[in-house]
Amino acid sequence: MSTAGERQRFLARPSFIELDARERACAILDPGTFRELAGPFDRLKSPWLPLQGVVAQADDGVVIARGSIEGRSAVVASIEGAYQGGSIGEVSGAKLAGALELALRDCQLGRPVRPVLLLETGGVRLQEANLGLAAIAEVHAAIVALRRHVPVVAVVAGLVGCFGGMSLAAALCSRLIVTRAARLGMNGPEVIEQEAGLAELDAGDRALIWSLMGGEQRVATGFADVLVEDDAEAIAAEVRRAFASPAGPPRSEQVETLIARLAGIDGEHPPEPAALRTLWAREA
Amino acid sequence: MERLSFTYPAREAVARRVHVGVVGSGDLEVLLEPSADEDAHVAVTTSVEGFATVWKHVLDRFFTRFEGAAAIEINDFGATPGVVLLRLEQAVEALRA
Repeated sequence: MSTAGERQRFLARPSFIELDARERACAILDPGTFRELAGPFDRLKSPWLPLQGVVAQADDGVVIARGSIEGRSAVVASIEGAYQGGSIGEVSGAKLAGALELALRDCQLGRPVRPVLLLETGGVRLQEANLGLAAIAEVHAAIVALRRHVPVVAVVAGLVGCFGGMSLAAALCSRLIVTRAARLGMNGPEVIEQEAGLAELDAGDRALIWSLMGGEQRVATGFADVLVEDDAEAIAAEVRRAFASPAGPPRSEQVETLIARLAGIDGEHPPEPAALRTLWAREA
Repeated sequence: MERLSFTYPAREAVARRVHVGVVGSGDLEVLLEPSADEDAHVAVTTSVEGFATVWKHVLDRFFTRFEGAAAIEINDFGATPGVVLLRLEQAVEALRA
């Protein structure tokens, strides 16, 4: 970002991160095709949060939208990170799993649907515990079944990132698109610091956190596929590219490769993030 | 958490429904749709207790400028009165768009 022209272009770009969940789904679908299912006026709220003194949102923080992507039938599931950290409860999880299962049924009946997940989530909603976990398991199963028919494309843009059981959902997708602001990990930095201590990880050290689990590092080490700018048009274009190009073998089926990678790590002396990029360089 | 409800006289019908906002920190969501009768009704669920008088003042002011027979649901997560008014006005703007 050295020249004035580059700065101007950067400032003029339509940010994706600044959009809410509904606007993000709109930005991914072909213009004018957005049609929401089980929207806020259906009032599928969490029955559990008010019992614990927490105000519930009318759509439980998940937007399910039908429409088209390059004229082909599509479904976008978009998580609202600003509501309860994008956490997955009974209702929001059922909406995600239901959307994927219906897309699977359509694919099985010979009517391909392009599925896109916009993930902005801390994982399971602790107030709903097992019900959220069960729903996340259904999401995992649906992604694995669906990706045999059609690429399942996920975007983690930030600023929440994607953690817990939903990071496994992201890992199961055929193509994972991230920005530099995204973070992807099983445990979030605060959880690691709380459980393992400050010596293990300082959750306040932003440079360290992003060097470990930031979008750029995840792409460099092969845990995500595409690094994009925070630009709604660029992200929509990458989603289209993901459906145009055939996906390679899913990451979760490359078991030998992953076991070999782990075997090359000395747990007593874990490598620095930069060294990990060399050690686990993504295969060309 | 506290639930509050208010009723205001209305003078014109509301033709459609609109949704704005998010139940995020310092923010709220507004669901506005046609009322079942000729009055305007507001149902507030807020995470902050003890501010019924402030809610009444904010809504009194809003209804000096809005006369639609709307059923308004507000789910609030600690928004300031200024943010509440902005979200309500955003809903009206979306209604008229």
